[in-house]
Amino acid sequence: MGFSVVRRYLPYLRPYWRLVAISGGSGLASLVAATLIPLVIKAVIDGPVTHRRPGELWPFLALLLGLAAAEFGLTFARRHTSGLASFAMEADMRNEFYAHLQGLQVSFHDNWQSGQLLSRCVADINTIRRYIGFGLVFMIVMVCTFLVVLAMLVRLDPLLALVTGIAAVPVVWLGHRFHREYRSIARRVQDQQGDVTTVIEESATGVRIIKAFGRGSDMLRRFEKEARALRELNLESVRVRAGLWTLLVYIPNLNLAAILLLGGYGVIQGQLTIGGLVAFISYLFMLNGPMDALGWILSMGEEARTASDRLEEVLRTQSDIVSRPGALRLEESSGRIRFEGVGFRYPGSEEWILRHVDLDLVPGETLAIVGRTGSGKTTLASLVPRLYDVSEGRITLDGHDLRELTLSSLRAQIGMAFEDPILFSASVRENLLMGRPEAGEEQIRRALAIAQAGFVDDLPWGLETRVGEQGYSLSGGQRQRLALARAVLGSPRVLVLDDPLSSVDVHTEALIEKALASVLRGVTALLVVHRPSTLALADRVALIEDGRVSALGTHHQLLEEVPLYRALLAQQAEEVAS
Amino acid sequence: MSAVRVDSWRGVAGEDMEAVSSNLAGVFRARVRRLLGQLVRPYRRPILGAAALILLKTAATLAIPYLVGLAIDQGVRPGRTGDLNRLLALVVVLGCVMSVAAVANRAFLRLSGRIGQDILLDLRLRLFDHLQALSLSFYERYTSGRIIARLTSDIDALQELLATGLSSVVTAVLSVVAIALILLRLDLRLGLATLVAFPLIVVLTQWFRGQSALSYRAVRTAIALVIVHYTESLAGIRAVQAFRRESRNQEIFVDVVGRYRDANVWSNTLGATFGPGIYLLGRLTTAAVLVYGALLVVQGNLTLGILTAFILYLRQFFEPMQDLSQFYTVFQSASAALEKVSGVLDEEPQVPEPARPLAIERAAGAVELEAVTFGYRDTPVLKDVSLSIPAGQVLALVGETGAGKSTLARLVARFYDPVQGRILLDGTDLRELSSRELRRSVVMVTQESFLFSGTVGENIAFGRPDATRDEVEAAARAVGAATFISSLPQGYDTDVRRRGVRLSSGQRQLVAFARAFLADPRVLILDEATSSLDLPTERLVQRALRSLLRRRTALIIAHRLSTVEIADRVLVIDHGRIVEDGTPAALVSGRGRYHALHAAWLESLA
Ligand SMILES: Nc1ncnc2c1ncn2[C@@H]1O[C@H](COP(=O)(O)OP(=O)(O)OP(=O)(O)O)[C@@H](O)[C@H]1O
Ligand SMILES: Nc1ncnc2c1ncn2[C@@H]1O[C@H](COP(=O)(O)OP(=O)(O)OP(=O)(O)O)[C@@H](O)[C@H]1O
Ligand SMILES: [Mg+2]
Ligand SMILES: [Mg+2]
Repeated sequence: MGFSVVRRYLPYLRPYWRLVAISGGSGLASLVAATLIPLVIKAVIDGPVTHRRPGELWPFLALLLGLAAAEFGLTFARRHTSGLASFAMEADMRNEFYAHLQGLQVSFHDNWQSGQLLSRCVADINTIRRYIGFGLVFMIVMVCTFLVVLAMLVRLDPLLALVTGIAAVPVVWLGHRFHREYRSIARRVQDQQGDVTTVIEESATGVRIIKAFGRGSDMLRRFEKEARALRELNLESVRVRAGLWTLLVYIPNLNLAAILLLGGYGVIQGQLTIGGLVAFISYLFMLNGPMDALGWILSMGEEARTASDRLEEVLRTQSDIVSRPGALRLEESSGRIRFEGVGFRYPGSEEWILRHVDLDLVPGETLAIVGRTGSGKTTLASLVPRLYDVSEGRITLDGHDLRELTLSSLRAQIGMAFEDPILFSASVRENLLMGRPEAGEEQIRRALAIAQAGFVDDLPWGLETRVGEQGYSLSGGQRQRLALARAVLGSPRVLVLDDPLSSVDVHTEALIEKALASVLRGVTALLVVHRPSTLALADRVALIEDGRVSALGTHHQLLEEVPLYRALLAQQAEEVAS
Repeated sequence: MSAVRVDSWRGVAGEDMEAVSSNLAGVFRARVRRLLGQLVRPYRRPILGAAALILLKTAATLAIPYLVGLAIDQGVRPGRTGDLNRLLALVVVLGCVMSVAAVANRAFLRLSGRIGQDILLDLRLRLFDHLQALSLSFYERYTSGRIIARLTSDIDALQELLATGLSSVVTAVLSVVAIALILLRLDLRLGLATLVAFPLIVVLTQWFRGQSALSYRAVRTAIALVIVHYTESLAGIRAVQAFRRESRNQEIFVDVVGRYRDANVWSNTLGATFGPGIYLLGRLTTAAVLVYGALLVVQGNLTLGILTAFILYLRQFFEPMQDLSQFYTVFQSASAALEKVSGVLDEEPQVPEPARPLAIERAAGAVELEAVTFGYRDTPVLKDVSLSIPAGQVLALVGETGAGKSTLARLVARFYDPVQGRILLDGTDLRELSSRELRRSVVMVTQESFLFSGTVGENIAFGRPDATRDEVEAAARAVGAATFISSLPQGYDTDVRRRGVRLSSGQRQLVAFARAFLADPRVLILDEATSSLDLPTERLVQRALRSLLRRRTALIIAHRLSTVEIADRVLVIDHGRIVEDGTPAALVSGRGRYHALHAAWLESLA
């Protein structure tokens, strides 16, 4: 009943054990103060008041005020420290979850609904914190109360205690059934929350498309469907909870009635004193509060448990793309890259995207990758920085299998520009410096010059201008040029540029190509291109067809020898010229 | 003067303020109260019903100890076997009362649960609906992360209030009132003495209200920051990993999570002062009553028994006050969330729907810009642009990157309204068309081809949700997307996954194209819709376009001039102005920019 959650997350509390101890200690102490206060009041009434000696009142009053102040201070200390501990624990859990997500390979993120991950990171961790922070304390208080009361009952009257014990059987059975039933509902509610979050996320990030087609009302309908499903599930959970909570009070109540009847009979028969019966019953009343709370805690415990299952599912997933133990740190690569019999399938898919790819890039060489839409160029490019791992064969850098190098030293060698420029809502400078925080002003200027990104200086705050979410406050070509500048910043040994000039005009393109030519002289580059002009930058061209490198050679060779290549690159010029 | 100040805080302005003036706090509070009122109003009857049920349950529960006492007093006397019947009768009554309590409780839990869920659903839908009406500039300013925060975690904060609010308030208020009456009846003087505590409670509550409003506001702001950073950084996970940005991201995340933690700790500390503070006031009152009562007793003006009873009840009086303070804490947290939500609901769309939309019969598709000036920030991006596109014309926009081509296109699609001048569709100002009408007539394929998670078929059908499967496939065929779709493992039913990552970028563009084609608009705007395609595929698309664009007005933005060849007319845009305008042939043979551009392009193909 949620104890597994406790066991799983107790380690998170360990760094804060001092706070937890203070919290527990002051909690107990405040209880003591709270119990003493009525005694003092009793003493006042029995002493000074009964004896009509008002002069003796003041020391008692001072004691009373002292105790009240102590009670206040201790309760404050308990709640304050338990808050400190549980919120700190929550923050730690969230940080760890985020770190884990950042470390998981790209294919994991491809396959998971973003809303499902977000709802885990926010709502589920919240649920667990609430349980550990409040529920657990109640649970402990409750168990103690139960034990104490039970002991008192047995001492008072073993027979009636037995009856009460029998009444506990359905309660336990109920708890068990609830555990089974509620777990599945709690889980479904949480999953549905993730789905709702996914729709929200998509409608916020896809707002341009929604507006372009005026599909706001359709999105609303989609959202309504999910939100209604969430409501239904929540109602189901309310229903199950309502049943449990009610029975948890009703059964002890019936027990009370039975005790009254049996005990009353016993008293009449002279086997029991009235005092004994009254005492027994008042102890039973003491259970009312805890029984009320029990229902609440049981449901909270189930929710925390499924929430922790949901977290575990992600945390258990280990990234396949990590630095192996004993991996080599590559300091300064020469830039020799070899593809040896490389085959690739996207994880979870049967289809071979690449097969038997053999390529050898000598240091300083620029290889262009050409192929039809969907032929696997981007896939090939993303194998180099190990965003995905090859499914067969291997890729080597300076003769080392990529998987034998530490991930960060490998990626440090590579400057990459993706086909859609991925920018973040930070300043231009921060976007540029992403991979190379150590780069200086000089280098930034150079990179901007290569990418013809002089527009940066016309932005309201120059390099410090924030570019908006995903860079959307820049024009398409501006985004792409920033992404290119980021890739070439700090002169990496290897450049992987995926269709880097698709959104710039012809003039700018020519300027960038001219600048790039000088950059590419010293580095090994993989250049995915659709346009003939850019091919001038390449020493050799590889044509990808059906997942293989079907032709390899210089641009002119291929133009002459390979019909597909001609179709891909040349005909158009002829068509236009004619 | 204050009216002006107050008005400048409409909507989400002031959302991220740490401290707000008391004036403003009042405005926010009124806004929250209004929203809460609107949410609750439709459920007045069920809420009354639920209150009745909880009253019944409370009454029945209170009757239980009374009945037990009665049974012991009257039904259980040693040796009196005759009592047994009476005992039995009383136990039966007791059982009935218990059953009533149970039934009422269950009914209450279900009813109040339903009310809570209904209110949450209403709020979710209302907020989502309102967000759909808000303009792009709002989204750009507010960021999607904050929108997600408003629609998820803020609403969850309200859920907590709705889940426990009603029962705790009703029971607590009931007990407080009942016991207050008992106290006053027991002894008026002592009762009045108790009232002395109230000014203190009011002062404490006022303090808590002010402070906790600040702290819970900080909580909501911080969780939004967490979500903002989380969503954006993970959406770009490829770049994050390729550029080894993880540790810096982690730093930022730890920082915002730390802020969230601190805000929570702050709120918790306030609650830990307020709740026990109320209790302390109760203790002080007890002490005062005790002293006063003791003096009265000593003077012979009060019996001991009444003093004792009074003190005992006094304890029960402050017990539910404690519950009320707990409730107030949850209420404050929900208020802060509602404050943010109501801020979004208060935002006026900057591209508003017309009050009385003009209807146009099936638009012909003539577009006209009259002296349009527009800028995103202070500097204008488009300067005094006038342009008339007759129905059916295919117009190409070319120019350097950042010249303002996409901006012009977005204005025609009414993503934004011009700062000066106006844009007309068939002679009607876009601002006077209903968005339904406008979107049916004008559709834009944006520069970034965003796909939703779901199947390929669903994504194409986004262009026209009522389209049949055949129509979807026809659209895909028309733009040349059918070949690749049929080679996907499940064809049209293949899930493209988050943002379409399952497809290559060219494939995404084709799907986006098919989507627009299916929408069948009179005016089609293509913003670099073929930039990621290989040349043969692009050529196929162009061939398709030739027939597609017959009888349609089109605005085509492209850097590859091959696309421009199919245009009737070319505009060259430079720094937000139209610098050349003419047929492609005329411009090519001229001596202007287009001539230079074309020459450069031809050279690039060689
Ligand atoms: N995550 C994925 N899971 C499964 N298949 C995928 C995934 N991503 C891409 N594919 C498939 O792999 C193939 C190659 O995609 P890739 O993005 O490498 O093409 P590309 O050559 O870069 O095309 P383009 O010129 O359009 O950018 C495509 O058919 C695509 O549908
Ligand atoms: N959402 C925005 N917020 C602020 N500024 C913007 C926004 N969108 C574009 N801009 C700015 O407006 C100017 C024109 O941008 P626009 O997108 O219209 O250019 P474009 O001609 O389409 O260029 P490209 O060919 O690169 O797509 C640019 O300087 C850009 O930085
Ligand atoms: Mg690609
Ligand atoms: Mg543009």
